[in-house]
Amino acid sequence: MSASLATVSYIGATILFILSLGGLSNQSTALRGNLYGMVGMALAVLATVFGPTVTAAGLPWIAGAMVLGGGVGLYAARTVQMTQMPELVALMHSMVGLAACLVGFASYVDTSIQHTGAEKVIHEVEIYIGILIGAVTFSGSLIAFGKLNGKIGGKPLLLPGRHLLNLAGLLVVIWFGREFIQSTSVAEGMAPLVVMTVVALLFGVHMVMAIGGADMPVVVSMLNSYSGWAAAATGFMLSNDLLIVTGALVGSSGAILSYIMCNAMNRSFISVIAGGFGSAPAAPKAEGGPVQPAGEVVAVNANETAELLREAKGVIIVPGYGMAVAQAQHTVFEITRTLREKGVNVRFGIHPVAGRMPGHMNVLLAEAKVPYDIVFEMEEINDDFPETDVVMVIGANDIVNPSAQDDPTSPIAGMPVLEVWKAKTSIVMKRSMASGYAGVDNPLFYKDNNRMLFGDAKKMLDEVLGALKT
Amino acid sequence: MQTSVATETGQRIGIPRETFPGEKRVATVPEAVEKLIKLGFRVCVESGAGALANCDDDSYRAAGAEVVATAPALWAQSDIVFKVRGPSADEVGLMREGGTLISFIWPAQNPELLQQLAAKKATVLAIDSLPRTLSRAQKMDALTSMAGVSGYRAVIEAANAFGRFFNGQITAAGKVPPAKVFIAGAGVAGLAAIGTAASLGAIVRANDTRAEVADQVTSLGGEFVKVDYVEEGAGGGGYAKVMSEGFQAAQRAMYAQQAKEVDIIITTALIPGKPAPKLITAEMVKSMKPGSVIVDMAAEQGGNCELTEPGQAVVKHGVTIVGYTDLASRLSKQSSTLYATNLFRLAEELCKAKDGVANVNMEDDAIRGLTVIKDGQITWPAPAPKVVAAPAPKAAAPVVAKKPAHGHGGASEPMSAKSLALLMAVAALLFWLIGSYAPAAFLGHFTVFVLACFVGYMVVWNVKPALHTPLMSVTNAISSIIAIGALVQVSPVAGAVGRPDSLITWLAVAAIVLTAINMFGGFAVTQRMLAMFRK
Repeated sequence: MSASLATVSYIGATILFILSLGGLSNQSTALRGNLYGMVGMALAVLATVFGPTVTAAGLPWIAGAMVLGGGVGLYAARTVQMTQMPELVALMHSMVGLAACLVGFASYVDTSIQHTGAEKVIHEVEIYIGILIGAVTFSGSLIAFGKLNGKIGGKPLLLPGRHLLNLAGLLVVIWFGREFIQSTSVAEGMAPLVVMTVVALLFGVHMVMAIGGADMPVVVSMLNSYSGWAAAATGFMLSNDLLIVTGALVGSSGAILSYIMCNAMNRSFISVIAGGFGSAPAAPKAEGGPVQPAGEVVAVNANETAELLREAKGVIIVPGYGMAVAQAQHTVFEITRTLREKGVNVRFGIHPVAGRMPGHMNVLLAEAKVPYDIVFEMEEINDDFPETDVVMVIGANDIVNPSAQDDPTSPIAGMPVLEVWKAKTSIVMKRSMASGYAGVDNPLFYKDNNRMLFGDAKKMLDEVLGALKT
Repeated sequence: MQTSVATETGQRIGIPRETFPGEKRVATVPEAVEKLIKLGFRVCVESGAGALANCDDDSYRAAGAEVVATAPALWAQSDIVFKVRGPSADEVGLMREGGTLISFIWPAQNPELLQQLAAKKATVLAIDSLPRTLSRAQKMDALTSMAGVSGYRAVIEAANAFGRFFNGQITAAGKVPPAKVFIAGAGVAGLAAIGTAASLGAIVRANDTRAEVADQVTSLGGEFVKVDYVEEGAGGGGYAKVMSEGFQAAQRAMYAQQAKEVDIIITTALIPGKPAPKLITAEMVKSMKPGSVIVDMAAEQGGNCELTEPGQAVVKHGVTIVGYTDLASRLSKQSSTLYATNLFRLAEELCKAKDGVANVNMEDDAIRGLTVIKDGQITWPAPAPKVVAAPAPKAAAPVVAKKPAHGHGGASEPMSAKSLALLMAVAALLFWLIGSYAPAAFLGHFTVFVLACFVGYMVVWNVKPALHTPLMSVTNAISSIIAIGALVQVSPVAGAVGRPDSLITWLAVAAIVLTAINMFGGFAVTQRMLAMFRK
């Protein structure tokens, strides 16, 4: 295959990738979009393998590596539970990061490509930046993976002077970057490169450690973005436009997702990355809190909940991370189906940051066979709460907290929330009265029209379902 | 509160027979007697007190009460007297010096009665003076329970006087249209009337000067008729207030219109301390269809209809006008039971220790409001309760809820001109730097990079939030395009001097394995996820 043919194939692959992302704009075209992605990837890989740079000696290596990696990947894709999607995605990001590092090192030690003057500098800067982003993505994603599957505690780790630490790390990276570019031989440049990699790895660990559980949607999408930038940097390093384009697509996609997630929490990107939601609101809480909600919490049992649901005409279910933790989505669907058979209009309201990654709840509900046309976004459904008889909040807290609107001193003031308290009755399912991730007490629980259903979400929902069916 | 009669156990509660003509209610029913005894009180009942409310002497005895033959004997031995209507002058004479009385008093309308009772050194709790805005007091709110009973009975009286079905029917003998009922005033009585009339199948319309009750009207199956005039009518404490002249004119027009259309009008409009507003004029009565019915629940306060004769049902211009003032009494068993429960709840509040001794605690907002005479001292009117539980007027709305920022604000809100200019300047500087120093080959790649960023930006904004997870897994799969980088490195390069071939190969193979996991895994899991989304 000639070089020109390979290039044309790359252009084809690029177009297919863009179509792939475009296809995801709608559920009905999403599957086709994924197919475009696969075809594009196959095209790109085959064009490279049969292209001018790969000789026969390399083919066995490639085939072996592909079979091994592909087998592992397919196995993981088959067996992963939908509640574990965030972990899987985080783990996959780490692989892209590590691959970018490896390619970067390989490219550096490769003496067959010689540059001089400005080109050499640019090439080395590209390698340096490529490895930097790759290393941060790798270690950050591994930590995110650990946090998401509970191997590492969800609480933010806040080292003293953590901003100074990060700043120091940045200075070290810049300093060794200078050393690296000024080095004249590969052996001489290797030391600063390795030091920088270690610093970058530590930075990735530190950055994600400082971020708490509910900010995970931002982190996951940010790491998604990084993995794209790592690919783009590799593209610059290897002068490969396909890598650059694809990396840029992925990078901007992740960046947009992070932006949407930040907006949904009314927080700036910087403040999320700087870490620790726990730190800022801790201060007002210690002073006794801005407004302590007063009143009585009314607890109900599963039978009363079923009674309320049965008598309702319109029901909105608001799921949160608690539903994913309890694996309650199938029971939720059973309840939905039972109620719909009785003529109750059941819908779902999804907050953008519900769960641990963007769109997490939608995937869980889809897995449980909930039809997607009764699943609505926050903005689509927020106006409908006043006409709704019963709202069932399952394992969510901050995303339904009225103080985000009523109390300007609240740490979550201004965050868009689902206005469940406007419904005639709301039922909050929770394990206890503990406050949400943001550490803010929730006045919703004390409202006259709110009922609390305490207990494990799965267990309680099973009981509600049992009561509904009798 | 101490009394002179020494009793072995608790104080003695007396239930006299009501002496007011036509009054059928009794202050306590046998079920409540049992509960009062559990609180430690002793209960005695005048013989025949509950006869008109279907509670005979034996049932009181069975509940543990002592039946006393005559009223004087009963009054003489009672520490506390429970009554429905305020006492007559004779009854005040029978009352023990320093005793306690709990009943309806209407202190504003009956200043003489207040003086007489004070002369007896009595302690008097007027159940009608309960601070109704205290949520704690609702269980004792006899006005509400009586109004509910009256509202129900008003519809029954109307049905009795009305010559047709309430519900529409299609029978073999022809079609019967449903009755149209208009209810003026949607307070407790009005709402009870709306619910009752609607459940009988009538078409129910209602109006109230307080716009916020519209939802309650609708929830009971009524239709809220608006007055075409903007004014807020909530007068505090849950009552309505007197409205402006312009509003009243608009209201009259609306009533005139309704009078022509409906078959039954039930009026419940009351303004505290004032005669009832005249809503239905003689003209409107004339305009009604023959056989129509008006039930005037405000008859005791002069009536909402000009032609009402309090206490009687009269027919004028072919319209039956029911002005009974004893609607609650006409449902004596029900109203007695509810009233007895209200008084029992009050006894509970008075006797928190459950030792059978009532303690009139003037520090308690609810008790303070109820107490119109304390040991012979007139304490009416009570100061306003310290804490107003219900947020009074809407005008003093708290923090105006901020319009929450849009979740997807970025796309819809244009950037401010200043920050846009700044962004452009920074971009221009950056581009100038790159243009001045970077070699041509780099610029080619850079162009592609920037354009690709924009394409990505445009494409991804269209992705539905519901598909964000599949988007992430598919972009993740696509980012394994980095495999290309490893693929081009894996083969040893012939003739390159000093190239560490095997090291590079191993690094590249490792990278290929990693990206292959990602590539296959990512696409496969996306496929699996997307296949689950279904309508």
